[in-house]
Amino acid sequence: MAILLFADHDNAALSEQTAKTLTAASQIGGEVDILIAGQNAGGAAAEAASLAGVRSVILAEAEALEHRLAEPTAALIVALAADYDSIIAPATTTGKNVMPRVAALLDVMQISEVIEVVAADTFKRPIYAGNAIEVVQSTEAKTVLTVRTAGFAAAGAAEAAAPVKTVEATAEGADLSRFLENTLSQSDRPELNAAKIIVSGGRALGSDEKFRELLNPVADKLGAAVGASRAAVDSGYAPNDLQVGQTGKIVAPDLYVACGISGAIQHLAGMKDSKVIVAINTDEEAPIFQVADYGIVGDLFEILPEIERQL
Amino acid sequence: MKVLVPVKRVVDHNVKIRVKADGSGVDLANVKMSMNPFDEIAIEEAVRLKEAGTADEVIAVSVGPAQAQDVLRTALAMGADRAILITVDGAVEPLAVAKLLKGVVATEEPGLVILGKQAIDDDCNQTGQMLSALLGWSQATFASEIVLAGGKAKVTREVDGGLQAIEVALPAIVTADLRLNEPRYASLPNIMKAKKKPLDSKTPEDFGVTVAPRLSVLRVEEPAARTAGIKVGSVAELLDKLKTEAGVI
Ligand SMILES: Cc1cc2nc3c(=O)[nH]c(=O)nc-3n(C[C@H](O)[C@H](O)[C@H](O)COP(=O)(O)OP(=O)(O)OC[C@H]3O[C@@H](n4cnc5c(N)ncnc54)[C@H](O)[C@@H]3O)c2cc1C
Repeated sequence: MAILLFADHDNAALSEQTAKTLTAASQIGGEVDILIAGQNAGGAAAEAASLAGVRSVILAEAEALEHRLAEPTAALIVALAADYDSIIAPATTTGKNVMPRVAALLDVMQISEVIEVVAADTFKRPIYAGNAIEVVQSTEAKTVLTVRTAGFAAAGAAEAAAPVKTVEATAEGADLSRFLENTLSQSDRPELNAAKIIVSGGRALGSDEKFRELLNPVADKLGAAVGASRAAVDSGYAPNDLQVGQTGKIVAPDLYVACGISGAIQHLAGMKDSKVIVAINTDEEAPIFQVADYGIVGDLFEILPEIERQL
Repeated sequence: MKVLVPVKRVVDHNVKIRVKADGSGVDLANVKMSMNPFDEIAIEEAVRLKEAGTADEVIAVSVGPAQAQDVLRTALAMGADRAILITVDGAVEPLAVAKLLKGVVATEEPGLVILGKQAIDDDCNQTGQMLSALLGWSQATFASEIVLAGGKAKVTREVDGGLQAIEVALPAIVTADLRLNEPRYASLPNIMKAKKKPLDSKTPEDFGVTVAPRLSVLRVEEPAARTAGIKVGSVAELLDKLKTEAGVI
């Protein structure tokens, strides 16, 4: 059994989601090679090589791979696929973009957002915004999987670095799309997917100024990441990459503080596996209280500043 | 240019579904069904392209049971010009749907296919990417903005770190994210008009595609339940509980 892990990285460094996906790959069992597709991605390759349980790192560098556009990246993975029984990637926006393309080119049905490895060919995955869990078995010659990383611990460091092999990237598909620009949120706070504590705001915040003014000081004191409901993002209080939920980020921090968030199914889908949930809401009937360990019924415009003072 | 929009009939997003006690699936008896919300956004975008004069015709297509006609009628009421229903009973996996759509693309020759980024029942997020692969077309997923000009589409994508702009050559596959637009409600006159718009019926055999599933669902389980905790009376009490009882701060 050999597994190809398509890594998530920004060329310079590996994302933690890759190390978590490596844990899922180890549970499937077999030799794991990590593919770094990128440009000037030696940094990410070196970090991948230092993870425990890696047979080798495959480094493919090309201009078209710098931002891992779907077409050339999928073509590269398909060109490598013959040597592998399983191809796996974290369910990041890059993994979700590239992997179904790989699956279709291999004529394989992908298994999306795996939360548990039951056996080498059997996996659990959430459906209906996490309101049901499907146990699926693949009858395919190869499995193509994406992994919802929140439920897997990051793999540790290896004693000795794995070898890094360089491969030629195929030019196939490079003419289909062109990268223009990234507008990435700049923040000194931890990333949502990696944060131990998340302070999240909803529609009740009312404006982007209030969103920042109320949530940031509390998040700063707790060393927390800031999250948002869809309503807050749609209303322009927070950027899209802060959205938690069925169609945003799926998080499972030690502590999730939901401020002025009602607790719609689609929001719960993204945070109900948090260890401890706190809800602050004026409406004592709000569904968020049904999943909250600690609820406080009241006005967040008074409660959040008070929390900040007392921390 | 023709724009093709595949739409799926799914459990309405407001319904809290129940897992069947015997683990055989999800109980869909007497549950409200609607068009997948992301597909509504896709239809809306296509109709806006037509209203702007960029597209000439909007064709909605659905793969599903006979009742999927209802979501096609909704698409027609929102402004699609005609519809195609490929009738299949039971669940069809994204790979099979993509193969059927490839067949539709071969006959209709659209310049753009806009799909919802995922269906809210199986949450797969695969069909658009798979269709793009099978056609060898360019692919722009999770779109929050589409600008067409000069045989190309500039698409802004919602990505983990923020936003990414890419340019794709047409014909292309675009999948719609939540913030692409706010879909309109169909007006009553338009709902009436939609009843007269053409709706073609097809079968998988017409496209020579087998829809037999590749994955077997062994069982469907209830997720780990979470129970409501306690309400605290003050911020001091909350912080004390978080420190001493929960040990998370
Ligand atoms: C296809 C689809 C996908 C979706 N995906 C997501 C997703 O990924 N993530 C997501 O979050 N949502 C998602 N949604 C939207 C979801 O259904 C809800 O509409 C959304 O989560 C509501 O956001 P909210 O809780 O901030 O707003 P509301 O539901 O409006 O809740 C606001 C809450 O604030 C409380 N409040 C008001 N004033 C105060 C105050 N002064 N102090 C304290 N509390 C106050 C109110 O009591 C209320 O409970 C999706 C919906 C669809 C259809």
